[in-house]
Parts: sequence; structure tokens; C-alpha cells
Amino acid sequence: MSTVRHGTLLEGVRKFGVAGIFLGRLLIGCVAALRRPGLIVAQIFNAGGRSLIIIMLSGLFTGMVLGLLGQDVLQRFGAETALGQLAALALLKQLGPVLTALLFAGRAGTALTSEIGLMKATDQLTAMEVMAVDPMSYVAAPRFLGGIIAMPLLAAVFNVIGLFGAQLIGVGLLGIDRGTFWSNTQSAVGLHDVTEGIVKSLVFGAVISLIAVNEGYQCEPTAEGVGLATTRTVVASSVLTLLLDYVLTAAFM
Amino acid sequence: MRATRSLEIGTGLFVILGLAALIFLTTQLPSSGLKLSFGKTPGYDVTAEFDNIGDLKVGAPVRMAGVRIGDVTAIGLDSDSFRADVHLHLYPQFNQIPEDSYASIETEGLLGGQYVGISPGGLTTYLKNGSQILQTQSAIVLENLINKFFANFSSGSSSGSSGSSGNGNNGNGNSNGNNGKPQNQGAKSQEPHP
Repeated sequence: MSTVRHGTLLEGVRKFGVAGIFLGRLLIGCVAALRRPGLIVAQIFNAGGRSLIIIMLSGLFTGMVLGLLGQDVLQRFGAETALGQLAALALLKQLGPVLTALLFAGRAGTALTSEIGLMKATDQLTAMEVMAVDPMSYVAAPRFLGGIIAMPLLAAVFNVIGLFGAQLIGVGLLGIDRGTFWSNTQSAVGLHDVTEGIVKSLVFGAVISLIAVNEGYQCEPTAEGVGLATTRTVVASSVLTLLLDYVLTAAFM
Repeated sequence: MRATRSLEIGTGLFVILGLAALIFLTTQLPSSGLKLSFGKTPGYDVTAEFDNIGDLKVGAPVRMAGVRIGDVTAIGLDSDSFRADVHLHLYPQFNQIPEDSYASIETEGLLGGQYVGISPGGLTTYLKNGSQILQTQSAIVLENLINKFFANFSSGSSSGSSGSSGNGNNGNGNSNGNNGKPQNQGAKSQEPHP
């Protein structure tokens, strides 16, 4: 990679190219990584298991806020019984995948970038290459695959906890009938709504993992470079998540 | 070795929890999904036939004087009488409901869900498992009510002009104006004439 700079625009285009080439090499690395499932399992735990607590807490409070807000608005129309379907559709289609993705970018994406960045700064990646171990299939690919697998599971946990949070407020605090809450929810939600959420979270997981691994891999091997790359991971993946959410929502309409 | 073991257990827990959440979302939540029944709660079941149940759904409450005494467990269609066959599950503590009680379908609020309301009868024999509530009243369908209201309103006399506020300038054209739409068209077609 040459260090010749031709202005910021061309530099931006070059970064996209680097990311594209990286994605190609990563996908080839994934084939090799599939033969070492142990590494992927470890990364599923790193990306998913360790994010579980914040996802569950955020989901619970998101659902409870939806319950309060929905009650406040729906009561004006005498339609509080529609609270369940409001909460379920909002969580399944938008809040679940998007908020999980944002939390995932902050919790797991930064960890990935700084980990790989530090490996690069301390020449561990070069050492692997010297030992004829492909760092792409040994370091990058398992983290990428782990993120893709962990994201939909995290979003599903977020959705379920959020629904029960909304139920907690709607039924427990505001006195909507439990049977009415669930039967309204079930009659309003179709399988395609659930599928939409799963597809979204898969896409977000892939995009965030790719950005995180790529930033770590391309960062300048200094303490400052690793810090900057971590910041870029959060910014780029948050913005891309929201942008892709619009595209996917429009596509599912 | 111990570290990998706890890591594997942690991953396993996370994956199982995630998959359980996915299964819940795909099977329990959508109307098309298959429902697992959570066993029977104690109580007894009665049935009631309605001419029209409106928007009543399975899981809706059964209330007496506003207090919840049970829920709707199944809704079917009687193929002989073509009436809706509604199964109600009543809680065991409410076991002294007169047999000639009266079931009606009522609405919570203006836009709320519908429920089965039960008004007590006067007999000293009580509803028990498998008995049927004979006196029922259908759901009040708001659209039908509005239609009926307008039908009465227009057939009353030619005083229907009060129902068509907003275009009172064509005073001769609304002798049979029963609702706004045809009248508006008439007004539009008349406008180019002068």
C-alpha cells in the first residue's frame, strides 16, 4: 500500500478500495477458518456472551419506556389495548436490530478493533506470517464470523426482553389485561416482521464486524493509531447502521 | 484447560439463550406461528353462541360487572346454525354464576379490544363445566350502527340538510341529500352553469 496522497477525496476512495479488497481476502480466510470452529466459538463468546448483560438491560428499559410512552399516547384515543402490538412491531422491526447494533458496535466492535490494532502494533500479525500462519484466517475471519453469528442472537434476546418489559409496564403498572395484550400482539405480528428483524440484524452484524476488523487491520501501528481506529469503528458502524436501516426498511415495505 | 471449559460453557449459555429467544419470536409471537399450550389452568369451561362476534379474539377477557372472571379460549363456527361458537374458560372461584345468565360482546373504550360481558340471571342452578349460555347478544358493529342512523335520518323527512353542513349555497338541490358525497358532486356539476 503506497503512502502517496492525492487529496482527501482520492484518499476516501482508496479506503473503500482497501476495505473491498480486505473483504475479499476475509471471505477467502473464512473458508479456512470454518475448519477451526473452536476459534469461532471463542469469538462468539467474546462478541456475544460478553455483550449479553448490557443488551438485556437496554432491552428491558427500552421495552418499559415503550410501555409508558405507548400508554400515554394511546390513552388519548382510548386504544391502550393496542400497546402490545405497538411495542412488538417497534421492537421487532426497528428498535431491536438498530439499538442492538449500536450497542454491539460500542461494546464488541471497539474491542475487536483495538485487539487487532494492538496485535499489529506489537508485530504479532507479522510474526504469524513469518510462521506461515495466515492471520487473515486465524485472527480476522473467526472474529468476523463470530460477530455475524452473535448479532441476530443478541437482537432476539433484546426483542424478547423488551417485549416483557413492555408487558411489565402495560399489564403490571397500567392495568391492561394480560390476555388482551398478548392476543392483540399475536394478531398484529406476522412472521415476515420477525424475518425482517433477523435479516436486519444479520446485515448489521456483518457490516459492524467487517468495519471493526478492517479498521484494526489497517490502523497505524502506534498507540495513537489504535485509538483513532477505535473511534472510527464506532462512528462508521453507527452511521452505516442507521443508513442501512433506512435502506432495508424501504426494501421490506 | 479450565479457562477454555468455562468459555465454552459461557458460549453455550449465550447461544442457547439467543436461540430460545429466536424460537419464541418465530413461533409464539406471529399469528401464523404454531402455539404451544402452557397446560390448563384450573376452572371450568362453558360455551356461548353469538350471531356476530365482531372483533373478538382468543385470549380476550370475560367480565362480570367489570371484574375479570375468565377468558376466551376458542372461537369456532357452528356449521348448522352458522353462528359463532365461543368457548369461555371461567376461573374456579366464580362457580356460582346463574345458569340463565346473559352473555354479550362489549368494547373497551371507543377503539379498544372486545370482551365478553356476562350479566347475571335469576336462577339458583349454576353454570358448570360444559354448559351453554343460551341468551346472548352480538357485538355492536359501529359501521352498521352508523348506517342505520343515516338511514333513519334520511327517511325521516327532508330535514336532512342539517347533516350536510358546509355547502348550503345550493338550496334547491338537496331535497333527497342523505349523505355528503352525491350532493357534493351535484354542487360541482351545477357550478359551471351560471
